[in-house]
Amino acid sequence: MKKLNTLTLASAVKKLKSKEISHKELYADVSEAIAGKNKELNAYLALNTEAVSQAEKLLDTPLAGVPVAVKDNFLTVGLETTASSNVLRGFNPPYESTVTSRLKKAGGVVVGKTNMDAWAHGSSTETSDFGPTKNPNNLAHVPGGSSGGSAAAVAANMCITALGSETAGSIRIPSAWCGTVGLKPTYGRVPRTGVVAMGSSLDSPGPMTKTVEDAAILLSVIAGKDPYDATTGELPVPDYASNLKKGVKGLKIGICYMDHPQLKGTQTEKSVEEAGKLFEKNGATVEKVALSDQLEDNTILNPDYAVGVYTVVQRSEVSSNLARYDGIRYGHNRSTFGAEAKRRIMLGTFTLSKGYADKYYVLAEKVRNLYIKNFAQLFSKYDLLISTATPGPALKFGESEGNPLFGELTDLLNEPSSLSGLTGISVPCYWDKKTGLPLGLSIMANHWQEETVLRAAYLYEQETDFNPWTKEAHE
Amino acid sequence: MATKFTTDDVTHIASLANIPVTDGEKKSLADGFTKTIGVVEELNKLDVSVVTAVHMTGLSNVLREDEVDKKRMFTQEQALANAPNTHNGYFVVDQLIEQDD
Amino acid sequence: MSEWEPVVGMEIHVELKTKSKMFCGCKNDPFHAPKPNIYTCPVCLGMPGGLPVPNKKAVEWTIMLGLALGCEIPLHSKFDRKNYFYPDLAKGYQISQYDEPFCVNGRVHLPSGDVRIHRVHLEEDTGKLLHKTVNGKKVSLIDFNRCGVPLMEIVTEADIHSAEQAREFLKKLYQIIRYLDVSDADMEKGTMRLEPNISVRPVGDTHLPAYKVEVKNINSFAFVKKAIEYETERHITFLEKGEKPPQETRGWNEDKGVSFPQRSKENAEDYRYFPDPDIPPIVWEQGYIDGLKKQLPKLPDDKFQEFVTMGFPTSYASLSSVSPSSVVFVETAYNLTVKKDPTINPKTFGDWLFNRPIDIETANPNKIAEELIQSRKVVSIPDEEIQKAISDVLAANPKAVADFKAGKEQVKMFLFGNVLKTLKGKGDKKKVMEILQKSLTV
Repeated sequence: MKKLNTLTLASAVKKLKSKEISHKELYADVSEAIAGKNKELNAYLALNTEAVSQAEKLLDTPLAGVPVAVKDNFLTVGLETTASSNVLRGFNPPYESTVTSRLKKAGGVVVGKTNMDAWAHGSSTETSDFGPTKNPNNLAHVPGGSSGGSAAAVAANMCITALGSETAGSIRIPSAWCGTVGLKPTYGRVPRTGVVAMGSSLDSPGPMTKTVEDAAILLSVIAGKDPYDATTGELPVPDYASNLKKGVKGLKIGICYMDHPQLKGTQTEKSVEEAGKLFEKNGATVEKVALSDQLEDNTILNPDYAVGVYTVVQRSEVSSNLARYDGIRYGHNRSTFGAEAKRRIMLGTFTLSKGYADKYYVLAEKVRNLYIKNFAQLFSKYDLLISTATPGPALKFGESEGNPLFGELTDLLNEPSSLSGLTGISVPCYWDKKTGLPLGLSIMANHWQEETVLRAAYLYEQETDFNPWTKEAHE
Repeated sequence: MATKFTTDDVTHIASLANIPVTDGEKKSLADGFTKTIGVVEELNKLDVSVVTAVHMTGLSNVLREDEVDKKRMFTQEQALANAPNTHNGYFVVDQLIEQDD
Repeated sequence: MSEWEPVVGMEIHVELKTKSKMFCGCKNDPFHAPKPNIYTCPVCLGMPGGLPVPNKKAVEWTIMLGLALGCEIPLHSKFDRKNYFYPDLAKGYQISQYDEPFCVNGRVHLPSGDVRIHRVHLEEDTGKLLHKTVNGKKVSLIDFNRCGVPLMEIVTEADIHSAEQAREFLKKLYQIIRYLDVSDADMEKGTMRLEPNISVRPVGDTHLPAYKVEVKNINSFAFVKKAIEYETERHITFLEKGEKPPQETRGWNEDKGVSFPQRSKENAEDYRYFPDPDIPPIVWEQGYIDGLKKQLPKLPDDKFQEFVTMGFPTSYASLSSVSPSSVVFVETAYNLTVKKDPTINPKTFGDWLFNRPIDIETANPNKIAEELIQSRKVVSIPDEEIQKAISDVLAANPKAVADFKAGKEQVKMFLFGNVLKTLKGKGDKKKVMEILQKSLTV
């Protein structure tokens, strides 16, 4: 008898509604998984002890009371919210984030808060003040970050589905490294109200799930304009799950970044090439997009520069966003910040400071616009761009030490699209038999084109064997 | 033209950022900043004359009607609930040396 | 005669009386709040994840005030973050406007000389700090009811060259603000705050001096005048010695009538301004601005001209246009009297209105108008009654009668006035005078 914690969101909802399974049974298996694995993995920081009783009342809702793991930067009333920082240890939010509010209204139950890089400052979850999270596929390796806890919770079936957020890679990297599906929506698609702010012009909350269908379902629940967030777009929210089977016929797809020196001759390169062939077989036109060091039509701007841009923009915004943490109205004082947070706040203060703002902040914003312009031109030609979510598989613990730019280099391939506010997904595209570690295929589209991303991702997932849950989803 | 950070620079930045740092931390922070800014300075290689900065959303004039939102306002209890130090409904902080305005 | 002149620019903060705060829907009423920290929310309390959404009315009122001050309205503006640390600043930054304010390049016309408006921008107010000793310890108590209230900042050019001109300017500004009804602009309540920047230069010099002194804690227009006068003298003392007065921030002590050095809470701050990524920019179409301009109510100067054109002497035109409620009062009474009765001219009307101790803000214009009309009605009474009143008055004032008979013609007016009083305004005045004249020459 297969354990119910391995169900996908779509399956779990179906089985609950048809009364094939009960909430008690489902939660019993999920709790067992959590109890058995969390000590080792440290995916969860806090657990909702009322989860089952809440769930039982929600059968008649779209999500039927399924257990959802939520990254600890979403404010949840009644559940301690810390953004994995000692500064917010003990913080009980007086209000709810819009995303979890919508989740709850749709019948999702927050089963627990997941670990992250403190303040989302990182790509490995190693900078959490509450200990790192381990990669469920290989405990000697990091799960990626900053939404590492959510990715691990999904990968280890310690939940049915999860939520995370991305500033530059924070959904897609841990999803790639844990072998799960992670969708970064267009900036402004999903409200940031009640999410601990990191990079205000970048933060994008999004679904982290077992399958593409699950991501589509969850996105429809959380997306849409919020009067409390002036950066959310007016576009209506489609039923993303209803258009998944459209396929890729007639789409124009560009393969990008694969001629980057870091990627030549890797398995990653091979996997992406194979993905291209698969799309071609299914009716898409696929061609390579060359890398360029300057803005040039029909080439993609070298992501190396994005490191510098992202470093400045993100740290500048962070230095301002974290100024409110002074320990007066809530939280602990500023000496409680971890080392990485202190570094980023200080550097961001410097890049905005008198005499330097023009040199760094203004310049970075201009280069950012080069990337925006570049993608605008490319997406006038292509419907999708595919690449890899990460240069390679999950790094070992400690590999990032001593490198202040570790986060950025890992984020490299996601930074340009994040800086441009675009949408993208990572789906598993390879599993290393020796290490057990996966790789992620990255599929990106223009603003508001989540539907196009999802249908390509769905096709890829169904036509390949890389998703551990798809066989199950067919049941 | 590489920028090199000194411990004095770190002292100044830390004060602006209101982040306490010990003398011991300053040297490694300075070195880290130097390295990070070095990467940033690569950006000077690009021609940015072709672009102007735009707001990420492409939106404009997102304004709110002048109405009181009762349901979102905190009660005094809620506002103070997470504060370490309160007194008669006020937040409390040690008195600063400077004169109040 | 002094060879020196003050060079003064003013920075004025005005709290707008919108219903809700600048970036959130909290109630905007800090002055009347019965308790501290009861008008807060995730946004103005600086909670994690709170996001600002600008108040449309506050923006419109700022544009209207800018237009009323003769400003240009740039078609593109935005909000910026002004970053600094202080306990009353919940987010650790204040949302303000840096290089793209809503209004620029205005002008206020004054008899003592025009004052140019450099800019008008919109920002949010901070919370309030109270210094107390609690349990033997010196602490600051913080109330965030005021944090996030819309605050308009008006900055003038250094065009003010006398204390009196400063006072005139402030009165005019106050008047315009009241006309637009966007703020109570009450200095006692703190809904209007001002800071002059003062320096001194030789008369005839057109350059801006190389220093300036900012004076804080001035609580009335009268004190602005005093502070400028005081500072001017204080600076002259330095300048006459060939020294430059130190550039600093000073506080005004109204009891002693002196200024004193004060450590500014924003001393030599680096605010690290950058555009607030949470707020998309504000973009206007010229047509919309033109429409707003048409919607402006008539302003004090216009109203003044109107009254003058209507035949009011300038002093009465001035008194009539002092505030929106004075305009309403005068116009109501005017429509019931002068407009209806051609024998009542504006001067008579003005005399009736302004030479009596009525509070134009609270008196009933209909009543005053009625009284005026009544006083002009000739209530006819029998000659015998007039004769009796006259006889009574003459009997009661034998000295006056004697003086008249001795040749003092003007005493007749005194007697006439008394008779009118006795008759309580009744009777045809010409008749009364006729009969009085007769009685006196008896």
